[in-house]
Amino acid sequence: MLEVSALDAWYGQAQILYGVSLAVGAGECVALVGRNGAGKSTTMKAIMGLIAKKRGRVVFRGHDISGLPPYRIGRLGLGWVPEDRRIFTELTVRENLAVARQPPRDGAPEWTPERLYALFPNLGAMPDRPGGRMSGGEQQMLTVARTLMGNPYLVLLDEPSEGVAPLIVEEMARMIAELKKAGVAVLLSEQNLHFARLVADRAVVLEKGDVKFSAAMESLMRDEALLRTYLSL
Amino acid sequence: MTTAPLLAVRGLSKSFGGVRAVAGVSFDLGAGEMLALIGPNGAGKTTCFNMVGGQLAPDAGSVKLGGRELVGLAPDAIWRQGVGRTFQIAETFASLTVVENVQLALLSHAGRVLGFWRSARAQFRDEAIALLEGVGMAAQAQRATSVLAYGDVKRVELAIALAHRPRLLLMDEPTAGMAPGERNELMALARRLASEQAIGVLFTEHSMDVVFAHADRVIVLARGELIAQGPPMQVRDDEKVREVYFGGGTTFGRGETSHA
Repeated sequence: MLEVSALDAWYGQAQILYGVSLAVGAGECVALVGRNGAGKSTTMKAIMGLIAKKRGRVVFRGHDISGLPPYRIGRLGLGWVPEDRRIFTELTVRENLAVARQPPRDGAPEWTPERLYALFPNLGAMPDRPGGRMSGGEQQMLTVARTLMGNPYLVLLDEPSEGVAPLIVEEMARMIAELKKAGVAVLLSEQNLHFARLVADRAVVLEKGDVKFSAAMESLMRDEALLRTYLSL
Repeated sequence: MTTAPLLAVRGLSKSFGGVRAVAGVSFDLGAGEMLALIGPNGAGKTTCFNMVGGQLAPDAGSVKLGGRELVGLAPDAIWRQGVGRTFQIAETFASLTVVENVQLALLSHAGRVLGFWRSARAQFRDEAIALLEGVGMAAQAQRATSVLAYGDVKRVELAIALAHRPRLLLMDEPTAGMAPGERNELMALARRLASEQAIGVLFTEHSMDVVFAHADRVIVLARGELIAQGPPMQVRDDEKVREVYFGGGTTFGRGETSHA
């Protein structure tokens, strides 16, 4: 579904990623883990075409998307949930979802506001609330729901559990399980390892923009030396 | 010795356009105590926090610090009463060095104005370094805060908050965006400083690993009302809290191993 090869990325003069390679298959969830500043968000932004200076190859469902602008990547069915939420504060919950709607796609689940309200009851309870008047965690749920309105084949989830109550984090875990069952691929950046362990099949550990480990999620969780070295656990 | 609490909150209430955000919330916080405020998203935690810190005026209720009423005072007056605050997104002056950030806070505490800044490079330097030693950042005193790792920025922010010798420290999601190991380090540090300097700490947090390891007591807010309070392990096993907040408990540890 997604294949990233030898990805380098820079912010101005500063190189952030050094040859990052990873792959995510249909119905699979891969967790990107590592400390702050390890390059997890930058990897996602580079995949989405949001980093001006980069090198390497990104192939999504057979299309080379390395040189495409973000809106074209989005229209191919690649969804991104940014860490900083970026909801429309003047628009209501319902309107935030409406603006993100994309046509249904063959082989991807079709999302409606009603299905998403069932998944996130908080949103269902306030369809007419303006985004700017929601709590931080509710905005986080709206960001995820809005991305699903694009009926993506693959979702990049950048720290979806941050600032969200444990009960809702469990809802997100159920949502990811449902996405996987429907064949959707998920690339997840996550600090909450309990959550990552619930949903991820494989883990990719980043440190200073470099892949240090790439294997089954369970083998990461069993490797205490690795957890200590790269996650200070 | 008096046993009066450092912070006494009684009947705190606030509505926004007819919607009850916080309704009749009462709790105490002792000196040196770590009190976690948890609850579902949209429960009113931030509203509660902002009323204690003075950023928001309550419709009703009382907030007393050491017996003195804070309701009605402006945020800066509350700050002068000894209420410090850290934020979800750390706030430091990125272009200044670590030590300058803390010096600035000390100058402000002493009531000097920014116009003296040029000649003030030398002022409060020793005090600033001492505060940085307290948070383990003295070795990085000369670096610009813009180049620090995020966990280190949070430590500097803590040193800045301590510069004016708060009696009460409000920490809004202090470990947001941090890796698990860094979270524990920061909160263990806050706990040690709170205990040594008899500072009461009220913090909001969604990482139950942090709450179970570092809170002395937990209060739970749901739909604007206090639904439970007590020691972490007691609150962890509360049926009502499980229903509205914890869920099945699969996304956090059980809290049996303390990191403190």
